[in-house]
Amino acid sequence: MTPPVATPSQTIGPYLSIGVEPFEHPEVVPPATAGAFELSGRIFDGAGAPVPDAVVELWQADGNGRYVTTPAPDEVAPRWGRSLTDAGGNYRFVTVEPGPVALGSGEVQAPHAELIVFARGLLRPVRTRVYFPGDGDRRLEADPVLGALPEDRRRTLVAVAHGDELRFDVRLQGPDETVFFAC
Amino acid sequence: MTTPLPELDMRQLDPPYDFPGYRSTALRAPRRPMLVLPPSPIDDAGPVFGERSVCPDDHDLTCHHDGEPQGQRITVEGRLIDTGGRAIGGQLIEIWQANAAGRYRHRIDTHPAPLDPNFTGYGRCLTDAEGRYRFVTIRPGAYPWGNHPNAWRPAHIHFSVFGRAFAQRLVTQMYFEDDPLFAHDPMVQSVASPEARAAMVAAFDLRLTEPERSLGYRFDVVVGGPATQGAGA
Repeated sequence: MTPPVATPSQTIGPYLSIGVEPFEHPEVVPPATAGAFELSGRIFDGAGAPVPDAVVELWQADGNGRYVTTPAPDEVAPRWGRSLTDAGGNYRFVTVEPGPVALGSGEVQAPHAELIVFARGLLRPVRTRVYFPGDGDRRLEADPVLGALPEDRRRTLVAVAHGDELRFDVRLQGPDETVFFAC
Repeated sequence: MTTPLPELDMRQLDPPYDFPGYRSTALRAPRRPMLVLPPSPIDDAGPVFGERSVCPDDHDLTCHHDGEPQGQRITVEGRLIDTGGRAIGGQLIEIWQANAAGRYRHRIDTHPAPLDPNFTGYGRCLTDAEGRYRFVTIRPGAYPWGNHPNAWRPAHIHFSVFGRAFAQRLVTQMYFEDDPLFAHDPMVQSVASPEARAAMVAAFDLRLTEPERSLGYRFDVVVGGPATQGAGA
């Protein structure tokens, strides 16, 4: 029997909110969780204009660096979030810093969350990751994925601290285009 | 810098990011290659949704208002599987669509076709252990859009699914057989492979038709393997 053909990706289109807003879930963890903070940012297009019709989804490991795939009875999906951008291209999550995840090779990655962005004009989503700064940036310097990127591209993956909050912008195109990963 | 990450061969992407026939890709398609991440536990794991995520009637788009929506009543059912044919059970599928007149219940949809007070156009469900799902809805209408002069979208239902691995996340559109608008639609045409285009088209199936009630369509959603496998690493 011939293997099934993968269903191709299509754009999420301009009316995405009908489909994904009912399940918007910006609170990756309950806001009262110890260590919880806001992670927010903006999505920009190649002209530097905000993208007001994107949806950002986030998934991250737990505090021990494990991906949890069994939801508790009162949980939607463990350590998962979805945020629709507003008119200014802003998304926002409430989360905590995840634990470090080891690669298959055994090398330990710095704490990060995985992001997928869907929007009108994207025939397929873009996948990126946001690194959590901290510990004097030593752990970022030791990260095997960041270390495999040219230095001027690394900073596109690292969140910036603003008081208690983290900011992380995504640039779909342009001189500061965010590093995107195959998915 | 250690060994650079492998770059994905963008020519293999179907659809590509950059597709001039779809105008909105011009400023939103990334220009740099996608990088291939080294193997990690996320290749075999993805978010999983609990029973709490859905209510029993969420799969029925026709029963949430005082009256029945206008249009041809249909059911859409199929399986969520991977390219190895393995069922993906207990996963979330969300759909949304225009009404029978081709109008979305959305503030930016200005198409002068009537809204249907009995239709919102959103549904969701969890697949069963064999990856099966079923929606009850109405056949959406085609509608014009501003991409180019006299541009019309073929009738479609948006599908959003979660696979077994994070990178298997898929948002696609389900089309109906033999739509004369396929040839004129940049979304459909952005997919170069005829086999892949066919994978977006639901098949009418008399066996799924409910006598005196609704027409039945079959649509299997097939998610691919993570790109980390077989590409470089």
